[in-house]
Amino acid sequence: MKRWWLWIGLALISLLLVGVVYAQGGEVTKDDINRVAKQLYCPVCENTPLDVCETQACADWREQIGELLAAGYSDQEVINYFTERYGDRVRALPRQAGFALWVWILPVVGTLAGIGIMIQLFRRWMGRRTVATATIPVEPSPVRASSDLPEDYVARLERELREWE
Amino acid sequence: MAEEAVQPKTGLRVGRLLVWVVTFALLGLLGWGLVRQSQTRPESGLAPDFTLPIFSGYENEFTSGEVTLSQLRGRIVVVNFWASWCVECRREAEELEMVWRKYRDQGVVVLGVDYVDTESKARAYLEEFNITYPNGPDLRSRISDAYRITGVPETFIIDREGRIVLTKVGPFRPGELDQAIRDLLSQ
Amino acid sequence: MIPDVGYLAMVTALVGAVYATIASLYGFFKGEERWVNSARHATMTLAPLLGLSSLTLIYALVVGDFQLKYVATTSSRDMPLFLKVTALWGGQNGSLLFWSFLMASFTFIVMLRRWDEDRELLPHVIFVTAGTLVFFVGLTTFVANPFEKLSFIPPDGQGLNPLLRHPGMVAHPPTLYLGYVGFVIPYAFAMAALVTRRTDPHWIRVTRRWTLAAWLFLSLGLLLGGRWAYDVLGWGGYWAWDPVENAAFMPWLTGTAFLHSVMIQEKRGMLKVWNMVLIILTYGLVIFGTFITRSGVISSVHSFAQSAVGPLFFSFIAVTAVASVATLLRRLDDLKSENRLDALLSREAAFLLNNMLFITLTFSVFIGTISPMVSELVTGEKITVGPPWFDRVTAPQFALLLALMGIAPLMAWRKTAAQRLGRSLWWPFLIAVVVVIGLFLRGVHSWGALLGFLLVTFVGVTTLWEYVRGVIARRRARGEPWLVAFWRLAGRNRRRYGGYIVHLGVVCMALGIIGTEFFQQDTEGTLRPGESLEIGGFRTVYRTLRTYPGPGDLIVTEATVEIYQGDQLLKTVHPKREFYQNTQQTMTIPALRSTMAEDVYVLLTGWESGGATATFRVYINPLVNWLWLGGLIFVVGTLVAGWPDFEAERRMVMPRLTIAPQQV
Repeated sequence: MKRWWLWIGLALISLLLVGVVYAQGGEVTKDDINRVAKQLYCPVCENTPLDVCETQACADWREQIGELLAAGYSDQEVINYFTERYGDRVRALPRQAGFALWVWILPVVGTLAGIGIMIQLFRRWMGRRTVATATIPVEPSPVRASSDLPEDYVARLERELREWE
Repeated sequence: MAEEAVQPKTGLRVGRLLVWVVTFALLGLLGWGLVRQSQTRPESGLAPDFTLPIFSGYENEFTSGEVTLSQLRGRIVVVNFWASWCVECRREAEELEMVWRKYRDQGVVVLGVDYVDTESKARAYLEEFNITYPNGPDLRSRISDAYRITGVPETFIIDREGRIVLTKVGPFRPGELDQAIRDLLSQ
Repeated sequence: MIPDVGYLAMVTALVGAVYATIASLYGFFKGEERWVNSARHATMTLAPLLGLSSLTLIYALVVGDFQLKYVATTSSRDMPLFLKVTALWGGQNGSLLFWSFLMASFTFIVMLRRWDEDRELLPHVIFVTAGTLVFFVGLTTFVANPFEKLSFIPPDGQGLNPLLRHPGMVAHPPTLYLGYVGFVIPYAFAMAALVTRRTDPHWIRVTRRWTLAAWLFLSLGLLLGGRWAYDVLGWGGYWAWDPVENAAFMPWLTGTAFLHSVMIQEKRGMLKVWNMVLIILTYGLVIFGTFITRSGVISSVHSFAQSAVGPLFFSFIAVTAVASVATLLRRLDDLKSENRLDALLSREAAFLLNNMLFITLTFSVFIGTISPMVSELVTGEKITVGPPWFDRVTAPQFALLLALMGIAPLMAWRKTAAQRLGRSLWWPFLIAVVVVIGLFLRGVHSWGALLGFLLVTFVGVTTLWEYVRGVIARRRARGEPWLVAFWRLAGRNRRRYGGYIVHLGVVCMALGIIGTEFFQQDTEGTLRPGESLEIGGFRTVYRTLRTYPGPGDLIVTEATVEIYQGDQLLKTVHPKREFYQNTQQTMTIPALRSTMAEDVYVLLTGWESGGATATFRVYINPLVNWLWLGGLIFVVGTLVAGWPDFEAERRMVMPRLTIAPQQV
């Protein structure tokens, strides 16, 4: 399961790099900075991603990202640097460790529990059959007849169609 | 059919219990969050202890490179939260440095806690105002969280027994900090 | 003077609501109908009273009565008229009053209906609705009073937060509130049904239109919020998984599950307990959502300022939650239904799966929303759960739901022969595979996107075909022209075909979402006049920059940018920055060039020395307009599904008939 998302993540990141960024070997562009800033949140504002935050402080932090990238830090290393200094609240994606691990685990557990409950219910409910349910389901199918069908036939058909809504 | 009657009963009891447990757990969580969020900055009582790493070059007597508040018992401590991007902080910067130089041998320590800042910009700020008192980054905002500040600048003055005696939200007016320290020293 | 009248009206409404709550309860316990009737009349007075109160507040806002604290904080002389009116819901206190008015209006309509069939439900419905109003009007009377006066009269007000000064402010909050408030009615009926032990589907039938209306408004509110964010907030997107956004999304999810699962209860008598749980959950999430937005417990860009409202809201949530759970558990035995499933391949099973997915989705979103708060409580440090997490966790579930949406309408109740199903599904699936192969060959290599396109095509084709073959049948039977057949078919079977239209709308929205989620591009750069940024095949050329004053304290800096594709000039746009001097707030307003294929979204993010250089950020949002188109189709479909059709409903006979004929 993890690998799957790795591919999607990579695909996403590579797609987001499209656009002419004349990277002249080592020069850090605004797009590079945004690429990292997108994965970070403003340490001070209320729930604002770092690449769109407009305060002076955020501009300073984006500048810092630029400096780190120019110094050879990788994207992940920049994120780690920020996390060390400003705390986990700065990461858009919770870590898969510590308390944040619960954030990842719980939805999976919830889904599995849901599936489990469903299976149980299905089993139980399919066990109980009522008497005389020998109904052959009437499927709404297109009427392949000529255009001069008797009116009441059509009305009856419509009524049955409605019953099967 | 009889067996079915027994199983659902205990299953149902457990189910009901579970529902109540979850309901109260969620409510409890919400209530706790509310309580926590309404806690304001400490204005009295024992000051929350912390360890502040210090920017190299600003250690003064704290040659270990960090200072722990509880080790400063017996001295008056001025804990000032600031940031280089904070415009208001500039209004009190000179006075803070002046107070440090004037009262340091009378047992007064000024500590600058740099809130959510970049080191290069912070150093530029410190150099601009010729600040020499110990300054360091509040890593992971732990100290700011402990003091529940809502912005910068904020200052807490702690007496010799480690209790908070003054809280200031916003920059000091000219002379205000000096007066406060003088009052404390005369007690 | 006039605001004093408003205050008086509000307090009178509070008294009336308290009376109605007590009288309805008393009337129920004593079995005396005149008390219940009195309570009903008292409840009906609340709407005009709160309406009057709101009107006086609007008057004060428009006229500029700045002695009222609320007016001083949300209005100002220089705001245009429509904004002054919207300031009614621009701040905490006014919006609470407005909410109360909307609730009272809905309750008024409910009180107006004929209660002959449901006499025993009446006292409880009154109790719940009037009780809720006691809370909200109590809030505005004691803790969050919009008529609070200052000790002096300021010369001017602060005005609305610049972020709110937009036509979106006209529609987004009211529709959202209508959605929220609308769900209280089905909840009240559900509680009434539980207490009086009338647990047949009657309460569902009675409230079906309310549920649909509430759900429609909630959907609209969410769509409008997204469009507003896109148009004005300048971050290139429409949904940020912000806690307050999630707070509106969660009741929508459970509300959608509820809409679907009531169909099972009506048709097969199953899931009685579950439907109760769903409506309680939906109502609970509505109140929870209101609580989050207003208490500041969870940090969000949307939050109102902190106030004493938080703890009171919490008490209300606690009381409501405990009361609902207790009532439900007490009456659990009454809700036993003949739950049976004849086959896995049946519409019942599909609906159950649908419900399960909606619930796991709600659960996931809930975890993501409260985790920041919980982490701070438990570890002392707050974490942020941002869009990357939500996308990753919800995408698979949404994908499954989408697939289900295509398959389920083809299944019959009780049992569908696998062969039959296969025969209906293989060729849409084939078409979808062909489309995907085509996309792959044209350069789309992201697995997630390809899967998305596969599902969108598949579901689009199956849903469209369901509609079209009905039209074909009609034409064959009646010889009607195409358009008439389309219209009449929907008209005669509104729920079914309205549903299909809604599903088609969802398909279009999914297309828009896939486009922007997987293929959005952006670039940022500083340009001198004449220079350009290139992205996605487009070239944006910076021409000029000018600054000019706007109304009031506004200063606008506007750039002129030309968008080229190749050598062809497509459009000249004007991205701008609005600066409000009084509050020192900036708004970055994007300029768009829109087609169904993509949006070119240009932002002015900075400039130097009067325009010698200007920094722009340009987003390319592929397929985004399918989202808005889909939203429109979605709304139309809901209207079709819910439009009253008295004749047909009288004729419609339930398979499991009860003794007395059911009236609408």
